[in-house]
Amino acid sequence: MAAPTTPPPAQLPPALADAVRDDASLRRFLHGLPGVDQVGVEQRAAGLGTRSIKKASKMWAIDTAISMVDLTTLEGADTPGKVRSLAAKARRPDPDHPDVPRVAAVCVYPDMVGTAVEELRGTDIDIASVATAFPSGRSSLKVKLEDTAYAVDAGATEIDMVIDRGAFLSGRYGQVFDEIAQVKHACGDAHLKVILETGELATYDNVRRASWLALLAGGDFIKTSTGKVSPAATLPVTHVMLQAVRDWHTQTGELRGVKPAGGIRTTKDAIKYLVAVHEVAGPQWLTPTLFRFGASTLLNDLLMQRRTQLAGHYSGPDYVTVD
Amino acid sequence: MSENRIAVTKTYKLYIGGAFPRSESGRSYPVVDHKGAFLANAAQGSRKDARDAVAAARKAFPGWSGATAYNRGQVLFRVAEVLEGRREQFAAEVAAGEGVAAKKAQALVDAAIDRWVWYAGWTDKVATVLGASNPVAGPYFSFSVPEPTGVVAVLAPQQSSLLGLISAVAPVIATGNTAVVVTSQDRPLPAVTLAEVLATSDVPGGVVNVLTGRTAEIAPWLASHADVNALDLTGAPESTRADLERAAAGTVKRVLRARPAEDFTREPDLARLRAFLETKTVWHPIGV
Amino acid sequence: MWEYAPAPESRDIANLKPNYRMFVDGQFVEGSGEPLKTVNPGTEEVLAEVSTAAPADVDKAVKAARRAYDRVWGRMPGSERAKYIFRIARLIQERSRELAVLESLDNGKPIKESRDVDVPTAAAHFFYHAGWADKLAYAGHGPDPRPLGVVGQVIPWNFPLLMAAWKIAPALATGNTVVLKPAETTPLTALVLAEIIQQADLPPGVVNILAGAGDVGAAVVSHPDVDKVAFTGSTDVGKTIQRQLAGTGRRLTLELGGKAANIVFDDAPLDQAVEGIVNGIFFNQGHVCCAGSRLLVQESVAEELLEKLHVRVSTLRVGDPLDKNTDVGAINSREQLTKIQELVESGDAEGAQRWTSACPLPDKGFYFAPTVFSNVSQAMRIAREEIFGPVLSVLTFRTPDEAVAKANNTPYGLSAGIWTEKGSRILWAAQKMRAGVVWANTFNRFDPTAPFGGYQESGFGREGGRTGLEAYLDV
Repeated sequence: MAAPTTPPPAQLPPALADAVRDDASLRRFLHGLPGVDQVGVEQRAAGLGTRSIKKASKMWAIDTAISMVDLTTLEGADTPGKVRSLAAKARRPDPDHPDVPRVAAVCVYPDMVGTAVEELRGTDIDIASVATAFPSGRSSLKVKLEDTAYAVDAGATEIDMVIDRGAFLSGRYGQVFDEIAQVKHACGDAHLKVILETGELATYDNVRRASWLALLAGGDFIKTSTGKVSPAATLPVTHVMLQAVRDWHTQTGELRGVKPAGGIRTTKDAIKYLVAVHEVAGPQWLTPTLFRFGASTLLNDLLMQRRTQLAGHYSGPDYVTVD
Repeated sequence: MSENRIAVTKTYKLYIGGAFPRSESGRSYPVVDHKGAFLANAAQGSRKDARDAVAAARKAFPGWSGATAYNRGQVLFRVAEVLEGRREQFAAEVAAGEGVAAKKAQALVDAAIDRWVWYAGWTDKVATVLGASNPVAGPYFSFSVPEPTGVVAVLAPQQSSLLGLISAVAPVIATGNTAVVVTSQDRPLPAVTLAEVLATSDVPGGVVNVLTGRTAEIAPWLASHADVNALDLTGAPESTRADLERAAAGTVKRVLRARPAEDFTREPDLARLRAFLETKTVWHPIGV
Repeated sequence: MWEYAPAPESRDIANLKPNYRMFVDGQFVEGSGEPLKTVNPGTEEVLAEVSTAAPADVDKAVKAARRAYDRVWGRMPGSERAKYIFRIARLIQERSRELAVLESLDNGKPIKESRDVDVPTAAAHFFYHAGWADKLAYAGHGPDPRPLGVVGQVIPWNFPLLMAAWKIAPALATGNTVVLKPAETTPLTALVLAEIIQQADLPPGVVNILAGAGDVGAAVVSHPDVDKVAFTGSTDVGKTIQRQLAGTGRRLTLELGGKAANIVFDDAPLDQAVEGIVNGIFFNQGHVCCAGSRLLVQESVAEELLEKLHVRVSTLRVGDPLDKNTDVGAINSREQLTKIQELVESGDAEGAQRWTSACPLPDKGFYFAPTVFSNVSQAMRIAREEIFGPVLSVLTFRTPDEAVAKANNTPYGLSAGIWTEKGSRILWAAQKMRAGVVWANTFNRFDPTAPFGGYQESGFGREGGRTGLEAYLDV
C-alpha cells in the first residue's frame, strides 16, 4: 500500500489517519492494538451467556432479532424460485401474524440480486449480495471489483465482501486495506460489510486486527464469516468485534455495525448475541442498522418461539413456513 | 615457638550487617566455662542492636532471596569448607562451653559441619520437593512455589552451642531468609566464631546477624518488631515463650515453637525448612 | 430501551425452614444460647431462627468430636474415610440448587455466583480431599503422617458453604474430627451441610456444627481440648486468636484479610484486564479477602483503562440476589454496609475522586452501588484498609519497580494481579509479589488443587493442594 488509491471515506482523527499513512504505519498500528486473552474473552462470553431473558424482554428480543436477520441463501443450487420464496418469507415471515417485523435484508449471490430486487420492490428490505469471489476471495482485484459492480448494478443495496485471508495471514495488511477501500469505492451508495472469515484467522488477536483494518478501510459493517468455513460465528469472536466497533466509536464518534453469520440457529443463541450487543457494545447498537444476523434457519426458530410466547404453550415446526 | 608465649586472646563481638561492632550499649558480660572459669567477655546486645540487626537483615533480604538457589548452595558449601578449617577452634569452644570431652566435642563439631552441608544441598531442591504444578479444573497453568518468609529471628538453642545453632540457622538461610540470631546466652562463643566464618566465606553481610547477650532481654524486641516476619523460639526460656508468642501475634508472625528437649544429634527432617517458607501460587490462562 | 425482565430463582427451592438447630454428635439439637435471627440482606426480612451454642454446648461438641476421634474416625482406614467424603461431595451436587438458593437468601450474593461458583467449588473440595484420605503417606509429609485430633474451625460470612467445605474436607481427609462455627449472619447452608453429613451417615461426632456469634467462636478456639484451630476472617480477630493460643502448643492456621493490588501494565490485554478488575473487586460484592481492591495502572494507559472500566461497571446489574441477571447482590449486613459507607466517606474526605455507577438500587435491603475512586494515594485509608465491599481504589505507576513497590507496600499479602502480555514481565512481577496467590491475566480463580493463603498479616498456612494437608497433620 504505497499510497492508497482510495482514501478512507471518513475524516479520521490524527492517530488513526497516521495509522493508514503507509504499510509500515498500518502494521505498527495493528500490532500495537491491545492483545486479546483467549481465556478471558471466552469466559466473559460464557458469563454473559447465562443471562436469563424472560417475558416481555424475551418478546422484544425475538422481534428485534427478526428485524436484524439477513435472510440468506448462498447455495450453488440457488434458483430464481428459491430466491423468490426467500423474498416472500422476508416480507412476511409469519403469515398468521402480520405484526411480525420484516427482516433486515435478503442475502444472495450476485446473479440472484435481480430476482431479489424484483420480489422486494416496494419494501424497504435491503438486498445484500456477497461479492469479491465469495467465499474464498481467491481472485484478482479486478475480478473482485467487477463482481461488486455487477451486484451493485443489479440493485444490491449492501455488499458482503470477503477479505483476502491469505494476504492478511502473511502480513500484507496494506493489500487487504486497499482491496477493502477499493471495494468500498465500487459500492457507491451500497453499504459494505467486510467478512473477516474469523474461522480462518485462528486467533482473537487476528480478529481484533482484522476488525480494525476493515474499519479503517471504510467497512460499514464487520462480519464474522461466510458460513462456508467452520467455525463460523462464535460468541467470543463477536465480543471482540463488538469491542472493536465500540472502541471505534469512542475514537471517531462513528457508529459501525457487526454481523455474526453462520451457525446461529436458535432463539436462545440469538438472544445471547443480543445480550452481548447490549452489554459489550452498548444499547445503541441494538438496531438493524448496526447489528445483523446472517442466517437462514434462525428465522423459523425465532418465529416458533414467538408463537410460544404469544400462545403460552410450545409451538412446533409445522406451524412455521419452510421456504 | 616459646612454651610460655602469651596468647593473643580474642574479642568476641556482635555481627551485624557484615561488621563486628561492640554493643551500642557498651555492655559486655563474662562467659565462663562449665566449671565457672572465665573464658571471655561477650558483648551484651541491646534492643538497639537488635533493631540494627533487623535493619541489616531486611536490607540483605532482596539480594539473598533473589539469588539463584544454585548460588546460595555454592555460598553455603563454601561456609562448610571454612568451617572445616576451624574444626579445632570450634571443638575447643564447644568443649569449654558445653563441658564435654574433647572427642565428644569434636564429634559435635563434625556433626555440625555435616548438618550445614546437608542444608546447603537443600537450597536447589526444596522448591522441587515442596512446590507443585496444580492440576486445576480449567484452562490455566497453576503452580506453587515455596518462597522465603523474610526476616527470621532465631533464638538459638541454649544448650547445643554449635550443632544446635547450625541446625537452627542453616535451614533459615538455605531457604533464602535472612536471620537475626540470638545466641545461647551462656555459651555464645561458637556463635561468634561462626559469624567470623560467615564473614570470611561468601555470605553477604546482613544475611546472618549474630547477637550475644541476655535472650530474655533481646527476644521481646524481636518478637514484637513489625519488620520481623518469623520467630524461632527454640532457645527461648520456657517462662518467656507464651509472652513471646503473644507479642509475635501483633504482626501475625510465623512462630516455630520449641520442641521439648530437641535432640540435635538426630537426623533432621524437613520441619525446619518448612517452618519459614511461604507457598506462592501463580495462575495464568492457557490460550492462543 | 431493552430492560431485562426480572428472572428470579424461586425461593421455594431453598426449602427454608422457620427454625434451624445445631448439629452435635450426629443429632440436631437446641443450643442453650440465645437464638439468633438470620436476615435476608436482600430484603431485610428475617429468614429463620437459629438456635445458638452456650459454652456448655461448645464443650459437648468438643467432647463428641473427641469421642468420635478416639473411637472411630482417628482409627478408620483412610480408604473408608474417603468413601464418606465422596458421599458428601455427591450429596452437595444433588442438592446444589437448593444450596445455591439458600446461600443467596442468607448471604445476599447473586444466584449466578452461588450456583456457578460457591456450590460447585464446595463439592469439588470434598471430591479432591476424599482422594487424599488413603494417600497421605504420599503427600510429602513423611511416611506416616498422623491426624492432630479435634479441630476447631471458625469461618466467615462471605462464602458460607464454600468456607465450610475448605475447612471440613481436608480435616476429615486427614483423620481429624471437627467442631465448626459458621458466621453469625450466615449459618444456614452450613446447617444444611450438617443434614448432608447426616445423610452421608458419618459417624456421630465426626463433624459438629454450632451456630452463634463471636463469643461461640471464641469458646471453640479457646477450648482446651481442641488440638488445632483454623480460622478464616478478619486480621484483628486472627491476631486475637494467635494471642489466645500462645504458649498452649495448639496448632493454628489463619486466613485473614487482604488489600490486593491488581497491576495493569500498558501492554495488557485491556478488555480482559477490565473484566479481571471487575471480577476482582465486584465479585461477591467485594466481600472477598483476596479482592483486587487496589488497581495499580500504568500512567500511559490509565485514562483509556478508566474510561473502559466506567463503561463496563455501568453495565453491572445490582439488585435482587435471586435474580439470575444480578451481577452484584446485597451487602451481607447493615453493619458491613455502614463500614463500607464510612470508608467511602473517608475517601471523599481525603480527596480521592469518586465515581459511582448510576445503576438503580432496590428500596429495601442492604445495597451499595459499585464505586471507583481515582486519584488515590497510598496514604489514604481507602488504599490501606480492607473495605470488603464493591469499592475500588485506583492508583497509578510509571515503572515496573514502582508498581511492585506500591503493590507490596501493605502489611497484608494475600493475593495480587498482574496484567501484561509480556511473559518475562509476568514471571518477574509474580516473583516480586509478596503475596500467597498471584493471578496473571486472570483474577479470583480458585481450585482445590491450588494452595491458597497469605503472607504476613494475611495469615499463615495454606488451604488446598498437597500443601494444605499440612495444616491438619502432625508432621
